[in-house]
Amino acid sequence: MTFYLKLIWAYIKIGIFGFGGGYAMLSLVEKAVVGPGWISEQMFTDIVAISQMTPGPIGINSATYIGYVAPASVDPALASPLWGITGSVLATLAVVLPSFFLVLYASHFIRRHHESGVIKSIFSGLRPVVVGLIASAAIMLMNAANFNPNGIRWQLMTNIAISVAAFCLVFFPIPWKGKKIKLHPIFVIILAGIAGFIIYGL
Amino acid sequence: MQNDKHSIPSTPQEANIYWQLFASFFKIGAFTFGGGWAMISIIEREIVDKHKWIERDDFLDLLAVAQSLPGILAVNISTAVGDKLRGIKGSAIASIGTILPSFLIILAIAIFLTPDVIKGNRIISSIFMGIRPAVVALIVAPVITSAKAAKLTLKTVWIPLIVALMISIDVGFISNPILYIFLGAAGGWLYLVWSNRRLKSKP
Repeated sequence: MTFYLKLIWAYIKIGIFGFGGGYAMLSLVEKAVVGPGWISEQMFTDIVAISQMTPGPIGINSATYIGYVAPASVDPALASPLWGITGSVLATLAVVLPSFFLVLYASHFIRRHHESGVIKSIFSGLRPVVVGLIASAAIMLMNAANFNPNGIRWQLMTNIAISVAAFCLVFFPIPWKGKKIKLHPIFVIILAGIAGFIIYGL
Repeated sequence: MQNDKHSIPSTPQEANIYWQLFASFFKIGAFTFGGGWAMISIIEREIVDKHKWIERDDFLDLLAVAQSLPGILAVNISTAVGDKLRGIKGSAIASIGTILPSFLIILAIAIFLTPDVIKGNRIISSIFMGIRPAVVALIVAPVITSAKAAKLTLKTVWIPLIVALMISIDVGFISNPILYIFLGAAGGWLYLVWSNRRLKSKP
């Protein structure tokens, strides 16, 4: 039982101090769960890999996964799916709740002072920065792990082609039966998955 | 609800918007690969283009709030959007929608599959080889739409360029996004103070 309290507390702390999104959060998670020996370093790396490969925010994925495996790994008496699911629910809620209330409080504060010149001026200063933040995320992901994991030239070229095609499909409207339609990003992800399977899987 | 139950159901129902909110964010949670930034184009399409719940420049402000607070970006965005539409109930429903797909998928994996089964699977890894470069492209698209919404001019276009460069080089403190959130906020405020002073000094 006390283990679950420790788990909740660890994830509340991760939720409060985890600035900068999932990837930035992972170092905090590692300290919190590998440090006290809840799970092994190897297991942690595997969980991160799976969290990246499955849909959803990495912070949620790893919390759900670690919440499931940690109880059994700490105390063999907790080695049943029911105790695992309990851990998953608690860790996921604990990592989410601090920021849930912070965001609520911040948005209400901003709405109450929406007409104030100070709030308006602050946001006019923030907008160009946010554009830069999104751009930096894109730039940082243009790396070998995403485009050329095996160090093979034709794969790099193919992946660049997939990326350019995906951009065009999402960004430029396609004429279709007299109307111009924009493809949904989800549809583009599915197409890219099919392309990956045909090119690399067959 | 104030609507007469017997009136013709042509107006959007109140229960319906909660369902739409949940469904939209469930979709967003289920199809986001590669972290919060990758989901921006999906969120933008659902919230701004399709349902027209929020204006594009309001969406940018909301991103700024979500990014400057700690926590998981995707959940922060859904909390802020849900709150903007329907208060705390809306934000709870939107956040649960975002969390639920990953929660269920990961739980299923944790129960039925061990890590090495997945990593060793040729089909799954080939599908992800194709998805990853597409995900990068999906982040480039909102760079352009948000740049338009921010109404960048020759006077301000250097800001996102510098910010993107400094964060991408990834060297400790000067690459911390929070630093630029603070600088942007302070810059906007100082600009207001400065232009007020200039107005006063003129006769």
